Amino acid sequence: MLSFLLIILAAAFFTGIIIRTKSIASGRKGPGLFQPIKDVIRLFKKGTVYSETSSFVFRIAPTIYFSSVFVAMLVVPFGQSKGLISFNGDFIFFAYVLGLGKFFSIIGAMDTGSSFEGMGASREALYSMFAEPAFFILMGSLALLTGHTSFQEIFATLHLGSSITYALGGLAALVFLMIAMIENSRMPLDDPKTHLELTMVHEVMILDNSGFDLGLILTAGYLKFAIYGAIIFNLFSGTISYGYAIPMFLVVQAFLAFVVGMIESFMARFRMNHNAQFIVVLSSVSLLIFFGALLVSGKFI
Amino acid sequence: MNLVWSFILIPFIAICLIPFLQLKGKAIAVYGTVSMIAILTNYLAIQALTGQNFNMTLPGSLISGPINLQIDALSAWFILIINFGFITGGFYGLFYMKTYADQPKNLNLHGILFVLLQASLLSLCAIQNSIAFLIAWEIMALSAFLSIIFEHEKVATIKAGINYLIQSHISILFLMIGFIWVAGKTGSYDFSAIHSYSLAHPGPLSLILFLFFFIGFAIKAGFVPFHTWLPYAHPAAPAHISGIMSGILIKIGIFGILRMLLLIPVNYTAIGSLILIISLISGIYGVMLAILQHNLKKLLAYHSIENIGIIGIGIGLGCIGLGINNPVLSSLGFAGALLHTLNHSLFKSLLFFTAGNVYQATHTLDIEKLGGLVKKMPQTSILFLIAALAICGLPPFNGFISEFILYTGLYNWIHNAQMISLISIVFIVMGLAFIGGLALMCFTKAFGVVFLGNPRHTFHHEVKEVSGFQLAPLYAIAALIIIIGLFPKLFLDLLIKPVQLFTGLQQLPFVAFQGNGLEVLVSVSHASWYLIGLVLILLGLRKWLLRNRTITVMPTWGCGYTAPTAKIQYTASSFVKTYSKLFGMFFLIFKKEKEVQGIFPTDAHLETKPYDKIEKWLIDYPTVNFKLFLDRFRFFQNGKLQFYILYGIIFIILIISIPLLYDKAIQFIEFLKQL
Repeated sequence: MLSFLLIILAAAFFTGIIIRTKSIASGRKGPGLFQPIKDVIRLFKKGTVYSETSSFVFRIAPTIYFSSVFVAMLVVPFGQSKGLISFNGDFIFFAYVLGLGKFFSIIGAMDTGSSFEGMGASREALYSMFAEPAFFILMGSLALLTGHTSFQEIFATLHLGSSITYALGGLAALVFLMIAMIENSRMPLDDPKTHLELTMVHEVMILDNSGFDLGLILTAGYLKFAIYGAIIFNLFSGTISYGYAIPMFLVVQAFLAFVVGMIESFMARFRMNHNAQFIVVLSSVSLLIFFGALLVSGKFI
Repeated sequence: MNLVWSFILIPFIAICLIPFLQLKGKAIAVYGTVSMIAILTNYLAIQALTGQNFNMTLPGSLISGPINLQIDALSAWFILIINFGFITGGFYGLFYMKTYADQPKNLNLHGILFVLLQASLLSLCAIQNSIAFLIAWEIMALSAFLSIIFEHEKVATIKAGINYLIQSHISILFLMIGFIWVAGKTGSYDFSAIHSYSLAHPGPLSLILFLFFFIGFAIKAGFVPFHTWLPYAHPAAPAHISGIMSGILIKIGIFGILRMLLLIPVNYTAIGSLILIISLISGIYGVMLAILQHNLKKLLAYHSIENIGIIGIGIGLGCIGLGINNPVLSSLGFAGALLHTLNHSLFKSLLFFTAGNVYQATHTLDIEKLGGLVKKMPQTSILFLIAALAICGLPPFNGFISEFILYTGLYNWIHNAQMISLISIVFIVMGLAFIGGLALMCFTKAFGVVFLGNPRHTFHHEVKEVSGFQLAPLYAIAALIIIIGLFPKLFLDLLIKPVQLFTGLQQLPFVAFQGNGLEVLVSVSHASWYLIGLVLILLGLRKWLLRNRTITVMPTWGCGYTAPTAKIQYTASSFVKTYSKLFGMFFLIFKKEKEVQGIFPTDAHLETKPYDKIEKWLIDYPTVNFKLFLDRFRFFQNGKLQFYILYGIIFIILIISIPLLYDKAIQFIEFLKQL
């Protein structure tokens, strides 16, 4: 329950901080922290426009996409407190339920018959395919390290004792951050603010969505960021008491948003065909973590 | 005894009757027979699953000895799968074949073969005698072959059929070697002889014996590199036959492997590792090639290879669990494999049937020519979507449940594995996740291009939804897919007995799931319920919010371009272009290209045809070389009758003289020894 509330709270300001960081870095004042939320509320109040090519798939896809992200959020724990859904192997469910959302966002884009949206859909499918193995290896190594197979138990027993485990935690945080970048289609893989449809990934997929549907898609994006932020925080929270953990959680989330904002301000987007290589690096880093976990657990012979 | 006689008599009478009936009568006779056999065997199967095995001995013949029949829990599980597939597939087939009503002779044969195919598949599950088994196997192979070549006037169909026929006989060859080996050593054709032989000869001998059986069955199941017949045979057959072949026929190979695992207690760790490696390669290779295919049925056929790989991963995990004495791993592995066998038979037959609907409506299976079918065939598209989601292993559908069990097994193995096993676990986990991602890409492509967007091709006939009767069995399959996804416990309870056969433990010890009830899967289904509930609430909310708002329908946003055509849409090839470039080294893609040239370019075209690299190296090269070699003996075939009679005489003399020569040779050796 705690994680649920905290993630929603973090989601409320996460994207705002990114935008603010970017505008300050580029010398502008920028909108308020809660502008993204206001945008979404405005969208929820609007009517909607459908493409004449589209079918029922296009109409239900955003809802299912949002629901999948929302249910994935329920799985994520906060320190010692479980998520609303928690069982052995819940991280498998987490990854696959996000996959369901991705499936629908892809076919939703294909439903409009637009070449641009097809392009975005194809890229999204390709990148998510690469990101998935990394996630599973990472969770596998954490399971090996802790001897548990559910998010909450893994994070609760992940004692960062020796220096090598700190290194592992750092690497794992890096992997999660990179996965978050891929999942949310941010720089350096995708530029959400680019003005050319040809170079977009996620943004081009939702070109034809409007009103309530677009609001759901945007909200799901905000939630996704906060979800990965929460997972990264969980890597280090361990047994810290709530009194410290909750403020720390918010600070970590704000810091992550700041980091994302800085990356987006000072880095150019990769060329599309470099993205695949970047994502393969992810799998290699997670393999590295796996071997680290082997070392720590004394099974490396 | 009566049961067995009725099992033999019902199909026999039906087969004799079918040619003399009217078209409707034929349909009723075929379907009635199929359902009667199904009811009969289901009754025995359910009894076996609840703990009462069916045993019977037929007198058999002088050569084969008494023929034992036995339906244990493993046979029962497969019998249920086979019967469900034939009941739904048969019903679908009745309406699918209506188009061919003007070919009554062809339909006669087809109906007879359909009954034979079911009967032979079912008897394969029960027979415990090698000779009878091989006969049933041959009936199955031949009836499948003749069913495939229903449209035998097409060259591609005949080619595919012959390819299947040859490869399935290679499979029989391996099985025969295995059976004869045992029979030669023990003098008995009963399956129990295999068991006692392997108990008497543990170690490499049993291992090699198992390998013979494994290769034989693996050709049938379609493991890489024995898969090459599959992508030809499935597209060539009529839709209900391809559904049954992919859903059920190839599963008999899985059944055979599982049966032999029970009979031949070999070095389970070694066998498990071997099966794991082959399965992982099958899984990844199958889906990697599936993505490239432009023919919808061929795409689905390659997906069968992938899913056989996933089932194989389960079997491999189960074997390793037995080998390292880890009952949790072994029960999770076998349970995952068996459940995925059922799951795959469901969603794959559903996919083939919907592909059949598409073919009936449009007369093409070329993905690049399709598009926008969702508006004309809404029910078919929803059914295809359900099956596509299930095959990608996404919750809340059945594929997720079996993949979840496999992942749980793998993560459970992590806790008490050492270095080498750990590394292999990582590769399997990576492979499974990779397969999942690729499958997602493949089916978003298939669904997106075939059903969504605008039509890419104008057909000169009306494209319309198939009849409600034809859709009815598809809804039944879809319902079962969802039920397994939402209430997995029901089906896992049925699996307790079959898995016990392997693990030999009293309770399916889902210790990983703590406690006795399959608690985790209950939570999984709860989570799926939350998901469905949330989706429904949001859809309701959306409807309520939008009730008074303005809803406009406009052309798709063309980024300023105002005259888009359907040709502008992303095609299947463009959807996977980046992917095929990235993994180019694994593929063999033939290209026919005419580039745009000059200031006033004339026509230009590009045609790509994906080909199987393994097929090239394993089938095509050897065949070509073998042909070249055999060409040297062409002079024997000179067309003169006298020579042929001479060959016959020489052959007969040789056959007669071999034993004599053998005796002489032995005498000679004895003589040498005396010296």
